[in-house]
Amino acid sequence: MYDFGYHRPDTAADAASLLTKNGEAKVVAGGMTLIPTLKQRLAQPSDLVDLGGAADLKGIKIEGGGITIGAMTTHAEVARSGDVQKTILALAVLAGGIGDPQVRNRGTIGGSVANSDPGADYPAAVLGLGAKIRTNKREIAADNFFKGMFETALQDGEIITAIHFPKPEKAGYCKHPNPASRYAIVGVLVAKTASGVRVAVTGAGPCAFRSKELEVALGGSFSADAAKGAKIKSDGLNNDLHATAAYRAHLVSVMAARAVAAAG
Amino acid sequence: MADSGIGASVKRKEDFRFLTGRGTYIDDINRPGQTCAYILRSPHAHADIVKIDVAKAKVAPGVITVLTGADYDKGGVPCGWQIHSKDGSPMIEPPHFPLCKDKVRHVGDQVALIVAETYALAKDAAELIDVTYKEQKPIVSTGDADKPGVAQVWAAAKNNTCYDWHIGDKAAADAAFGKAAHVTKIDLVNQRLIPNAMEPRAAIGDFDRATGDYTLYTTSQNPHVIRLLMGAFVLQIPESKLRVVAPDVGGGFGSKIFHYSEEALVTWAAGKIQRPIKWTAERSESFMTDAHGRDHVSHAELALDKDGKFLGLRVSTKANMGAYLSTFAPCVPTYLYATLLAGVYTTPAIYAEVKAVFTHTVPVDAYRGAGRPEATYLLERLVEKAARETGIDRVELRRKNFIPTNAFPYQTPVALQYDSGDYFSTLDMALKASDWAGIETRRAEAKKHGKLRGIGISTYLEACGIAPSAVVGSLGARAGLYETGSIRVHPTGSVTVFTGTHSHGQGHETTFAQLVSDGLGIPIESIEVSHGDTNKIPFGMGTYGSRSLAVGGSAIVKAMDKIVKKATRIAAHLMEASVADVEFKNGTFTVAGTDKSKTFGEVALTAYVPHNYPITELEPGLEETAFYDPLNFTYPGGCHICEVEIDPDTGVTKVVNFTAVDDVGRVINPMIVEGQVHGGVTQGIGQALLEACAYDKDSGQLLTGSYMDYTMPRADDLPNFKVATHATMCTHNPLGSKGVGEVGAIGSPPAVINAVLDALAPLGVQDISMPATPLKVWQAIQAGSGRMAAE
Ligand SMILES: Cc1cc2nc3c(=O)[nH]c(=O)nc-3n(C[C@H](O)[C@H](O)[C@H](O)COP(=O)(O)OP(=O)(O)OC[C@H]3O[C@@H](n4cnc5c(N)ncnc54)[C@H](O)[C@@H]3O)c2cc1C
Repeated sequence: MYDFGYHRPDTAADAASLLTKNGEAKVVAGGMTLIPTLKQRLAQPSDLVDLGGAADLKGIKIEGGGITIGAMTTHAEVARSGDVQKTILALAVLAGGIGDPQVRNRGTIGGSVANSDPGADYPAAVLGLGAKIRTNKREIAADNFFKGMFETALQDGEIITAIHFPKPEKAGYCKHPNPASRYAIVGVLVAKTASGVRVAVTGAGPCAFRSKELEVALGGSFSADAAKGAKIKSDGLNNDLHATAAYRAHLVSVMAARAVAAAG
Repeated sequence: MADSGIGASVKRKEDFRFLTGRGTYIDDINRPGQTCAYILRSPHAHADIVKIDVAKAKVAPGVITVLTGADYDKGGVPCGWQIHSKDGSPMIEPPHFPLCKDKVRHVGDQVALIVAETYALAKDAAELIDVTYKEQKPIVSTGDADKPGVAQVWAAAKNNTCYDWHIGDKAAADAAFGKAAHVTKIDLVNQRLIPNAMEPRAAIGDFDRATGDYTLYTTSQNPHVIRLLMGAFVLQIPESKLRVVAPDVGGGFGSKIFHYSEEALVTWAAGKIQRPIKWTAERSESFMTDAHGRDHVSHAELALDKDGKFLGLRVSTKANMGAYLSTFAPCVPTYLYATLLAGVYTTPAIYAEVKAVFTHTVPVDAYRGAGRPEATYLLERLVEKAARETGIDRVELRRKNFIPTNAFPYQTPVALQYDSGDYFSTLDMALKASDWAGIETRRAEAKKHGKLRGIGISTYLEACGIAPSAVVGSLGARAGLYETGSIRVHPTGSVTVFTGTHSHGQGHETTFAQLVSDGLGIPIESIEVSHGDTNKIPFGMGTYGSRSLAVGGSAIVKAMDKIVKKATRIAAHLMEASVADVEFKNGTFTVAGTDKSKTFGEVALTAYVPHNYPITELEPGLEETAFYDPLNFTYPGGCHICEVEIDPDTGVTKVVNFTAVDDVGRVINPMIVEGQVHGGVTQGIGQALLEACAYDKDSGQLLTGSYMDYTMPRADDLPNFKVATHATMCTHNPLGSKGVGEVGAIGSPPAVINAVLDALAPLGVQDISMPATPLKVWQAIQAGSGRMAAE
């Protein structure tokens, strides 16, 4: 780890101004991704701005029938939240399936979404549920947020403050974990919403994406069979030690079918 | 002593300190004035070192010294075993210097040692070292290493061949195939594994300026062996000036047997800077530099007569040594592998050839089971395939070929003589415990839920209790493999046991205390077991090859016999009786036909306060040492049965039942034995379903360099195991014990793969390689269904 300055502001606004003042600064949330990166000397920020002290970034509240989750809310808090469970059970299930207990007790929704890891679970929910990403500067629609592997619409110095999920009619999430890391090799979130069926896939591509094939199939019939019948093209899907693109394409429809079944 | 003696499931004495975080591991030790070392490692698999510029690093903050291959003026790391090729020539034994001089030969090879006031400063300085490499194409594939035109690891090793060895009677085997009614052939890969001990390797080199003595604190399974190898061969420090301490060690699985060059580096450099130096591997260094295991590519053929009796076996194996020869590496695919190819069967003619190859990868050496898992996997896959091909029931085929229980001692055609065993009983017990007969019901039930269920079996044998010195000497070992035990009875009757073996998870502090509690009739609380410090324990060979109880325990028993003999003479004197009339039982000496008695404690006190003592005949004190050299290997064996359920949509295999019935000879602590089997089976399931070390074929980069990509077995990957033992006694050691450390990892992998293949058989799948990951299972199903559709 290289040396860096450390700040622990009390509010999101103070955090933002610290970032503006220190050009090479980075925010740290749960640190589950950032700290190992620093330890391996793969990043050299001048300063770390720890969001852990910003009380205004924490918490879960029901808002407009949907649910709003503060950026610094941990996966464990989301998984066990009664409000999340009764509003969007799939989201609680997703959070409860991330990593292991240590990771769930440190990792945050803001950190996960900001990071846009190709294997992360949350991006599937953000995109599949048509969430709004709120930052210290603006509100970004999920469809405009994920830009590529570890790439998002966030600008330098922009901090995610909360994520708002509208309530779907039905939603389900299912992932096939990487046997080693347990990140998603393929994770699929299916949602039946007032404006139609949304299907978001994580793990299979450079970042989370919506599957047109599945949205069409499930738009016709919101059933496991329809999902299983959808033919997913393997072009452009990830290909690595653990899964070929063809296997991932196959898993997308299998996970979608299971997500539909879970959605009830 | 029924509650703490032989056969009691005594809770482990060592667990209090382990479970409360009070163990002392290397990284817990800090010496006054200690410095920290970082090792700059090669980012390339194969490159010439054109230039190393350390000028900037040397003057970086906190840096004490920076050393490279040019500075290193001591010996290379030696290999402990020499194999001779078919033509009688000795194996190619390339030099292995702790710091590379002109070439790097694997990713992680050692280029420079940076010593600084802190680890972070050493690491900072390492970034200032400018190494100019001329990259070369590497060879990493075991199968391709001896092919023409590939990169060469060592000029002296033509076609990257270290040795080309064989065993058995080729003519007899060929003749057997000439008579065969059926021949089954198989091609197998036994994939490379990374050991992953919980505690990364670490070493502290210390130099005492007052006495000129060196101390090495190291994560070792055998401190005396390290002292011998490093002291005598590498650094040329007299053993009397070198102490090696291996305190609590957090797991080894073989990977901490070997003498690693980091140990030599910190000791050598500590002498140079006259301050202690600590090096602790980061986890990624463990992945990159701990000796790996397995890595065989084999072709095998089994000849059967029309009734299914095995007539002959031919095996041809290529074994990867990596870039250098690690301490035991050459003997693993030869004397710990090919000699096991008879297994539990009466196959009369066996011929095996083994070619060891160098590649641009980290050295491969013994890893839990070492050679025997490879032999077992090959045999049990082959026998299973023969059963499917001939239509003979797979259990019947095995039974038909078992060595009969009354045929021991049994001489195999590949050098070993088994002393005892009863493969029929372990088979029957396992069949019953696993409800083998009920599989079709469970299969049908699973099918209703869209799952494929399968059951697999492995009947195995292994050779451990390593090893008779004269035998291994004739096979190329450069050391004896006896063990020592010392018993020091203290004046008030408590006892310290010194053993040359080393406990790094095995529970010796409990098992050995039980032996002594049983033998001397004293409470287990009065017995301490000491190990791991060359200044405390007599010269001993350490722990590996499931030898600690069979060999080390036997040495303790022999030392105990000497103690009892001497104590009996003291007791006879005290009770004014003749030695022949004195009986020792349950910690008390009595004289037949009288009510005279003396406790062990009273006798101990007399030995140290010899006022009323036969001083002209007997020395005072009560302390004895014994060396025990075994007469033969020991031969545990048994039957493992695995049941799996496969999700054909995802390819995910779940182990739903696992039964292990093992014959490990006499059991001292059943709970510890069960724990050893659990751990071993877990590693076996890990190999069968989860673990694989992968190097990139073109660049030689390690692709599985962290837990993000290397899949360790976890609790939720495993069912509750059904574990039982059935003992036939080892006939040649005083305990009758055979060994249990490795059986789990040896017997289990083929049981798992045979179960996977049994589950997939209805889909036309006939082969799958380890690890049977979801991807591979899914691909096999696709290919199998394609084949079925085409047929
Ligand atoms: C062993 C292990 C297993 C894991 N398994 C899974 C898994 O199965 N599924 C899964 O989805 N994830 C998994 N993760 C990832 C983990 O869940 C976290 O979501 C992830 O590490 C990021 O969250 P964090 O709070 O730790 O962020 P940090 O590591 O603190 O930050 C990550 C990045 O996001 C930036 N950042 C953080 N917060 C904000 C913010 N509010 N606004 C703007 N930028 C921000 C940081 O600057 C940094 O660049 C795993 C992690 C580990 C270590």
